Amino acid sequence: MKILVCISNVPDTTSKINFTEGDTKFDSNGVQFVINPNDEFGLTRAMWFKEKQGATVHVVNVGTAAAEPTIRKALAIGADEAIRVNAEPLDGFFVAKQLAEVVKSGGYDLIIAGRESIDYNGGMVPGILSSILGMNFINTCVDLEIEGDKATVTREIDGGKEKLSTTLPLVIGAQKGLVQESDLRIPNMRGIMMARQKKLNVIEPVATEAAIQDIKFEKPAPKGNIKMVDSDNLGELIDLLHNEAKVI
Amino acid sequence: MSILVYIESEKGKFKKNASEVASYGHQVAQSMGTTATAICFNVPEPQDLGTYGISKVLSVANDKLNTFNAKAFAHAIAEAAKKEGTKVIVLSSSTDTKYLAPLVAAQLGAGYVPNVVAAPESTEPFQVKRTAFSNKGFAHTVINTEIKIIGLANNAFGTRENKTDIAVENFAPPLEETDFAVGSLSVDKVVGKATIADADIVVSGGRGLKGPENWGIIEELAEVLGAATACSKPVSDLGWRPHGEHVGQTGKPVASNLYIAIGISGAIQHLAGISSSKVKVVINNDPEAPFFKAADYGIVGDAMEVVPKLIEKLKEFKAQNA
Repeated sequence: MKILVCISNVPDTTSKINFTEGDTKFDSNGVQFVINPNDEFGLTRAMWFKEKQGATVHVVNVGTAAAEPTIRKALAIGADEAIRVNAEPLDGFFVAKQLAEVVKSGGYDLIIAGRESIDYNGGMVPGILSSILGMNFINTCVDLEIEGDKATVTREIDGGKEKLSTTLPLVIGAQKGLVQESDLRIPNMRGIMMARQKKLNVIEPVATEAAIQDIKFEKPAPKGNIKMVDSDNLGELIDLLHNEAKVI
Repeated sequence: MSILVYIESEKGKFKKNASEVASYGHQVAQSMGTTATAICFNVPEPQDLGTYGISKVLSVANDKLNTFNAKAFAHAIAEAAKKEGTKVIVLSSSTDTKYLAPLVAAQLGAGYVPNVVAAPESTEPFQVKRTAFSNKGFAHTVINTEIKIIGLANNAFGTRENKTDIAVENFAPPLEETDFAVGSLSVDKVVGKATIADADIVVSGGRGLKGPENWGIIEELAEVLGAATACSKPVSDLGWRPHGEHVGQTGKPVASNLYIAIGISGAIQHLAGISSSKVKVVINNDPEAPFFKAADYGIVGDAMEVVPKLIEKLKEFKAQNA
């Protein structure tokens, strides 16, 4: 089985978000970049298929050279090879079209991409990719088993879970639950050394246009002052929630 | 060229978000000088949508669509859009619609923007405001394609009544065998309990509760309020509660009217995930917890003492206001 894991290079979850150039761009100054967490859950599951079922695992990123440390981290975690499509990722459509070219030339059975990136939250790359390729697609995947060309998948739904069956080739939208947080791997020294020797192919993008464009950003309005209520006077809290906030 | 609004249903009844999505569809239609048409699956009595400004329903009745199927539903919605000559499709930001919307977008070559929080800022160019950076910011996003798909964020626009004469038209979209290549085996869902996605009130517990054995007070408080239960990331990582309850940047976002955080310090990732909630209450024994800077009402105190007292007071309040 040949697996392609699509990774985004995103600000670490602890990052404070700021904008620059008249609030038209994300300010990456002083920000630590990481593998998008939803992608990392997928990559970690791919490592399981590599170790238990002999799968080959490639990672791909659509991004500039600035993303290479993040790609090297994926190789240090254990991916066999990496591909970088040398382009600024304009929107989900643009990225999905680039990824589709990589899939077509690489002959993959399983494509794993996070259900969304935690920066621009488009949430459309795995779905659009599956449509372009005519492959089966399951989103918000929290469990994935593969036997031959049959896949049994559990996806999260609002208020529960749904178990599904389908066949390869398959595109998966990964998220937390696909592996446990404690299964995530911190690259060791050997992995980091080996990653330096692994292939990182840089390819040029195909021409395509973005469907959407973020023209301006803003931060949420600062929160007003908190009202403190004494723990011996909980009736006051209920009164405030009922009469002032009108939420109960 | 009406607006097409996809209204979700479950077991023949519209979901709770239907009135908000329909109201939004009506608003978009008005701003473009047209009407709003809804599409729904296996809902015997869809006329209620007329209350919220929908003037026509494409009613799909097909036993193969009794269970949600993203590809088949997406195909049907795309066919409806073509038939109506639709330029704007409106849908929710639920887990199911976030699954099917990209498939509709790909079929129609349409730009898709999820998590939209307000009526379009302009229609020429078509510009909407949405959350970005996992609720740490907002983006003003222009959709460049001829057909546009808007995913309305939950509890962002509200419900607006607008009584409209409604026509129901049966619609039988041409579906293919390949639309059913992903099949449902079973659904495991708690029935009769509010979910984090659509609850008006969410009660959430953190590490301050010290262990899963203490969750009874969270559940009881939630029951009194008719609320959904949730938890912080450490609690889900420790296995005290299931992943489905984890709210925050890598978990679920919460956009309830009231969010009550108990024993949660307020890490930046957690605060991002709940920032769309309208009113926030924090109960924590550490007055320096960052959550106190992000909440509307705060109580400093031990959860194990405060929450049982709060439950008693709420029961009295409910009895008086019943």
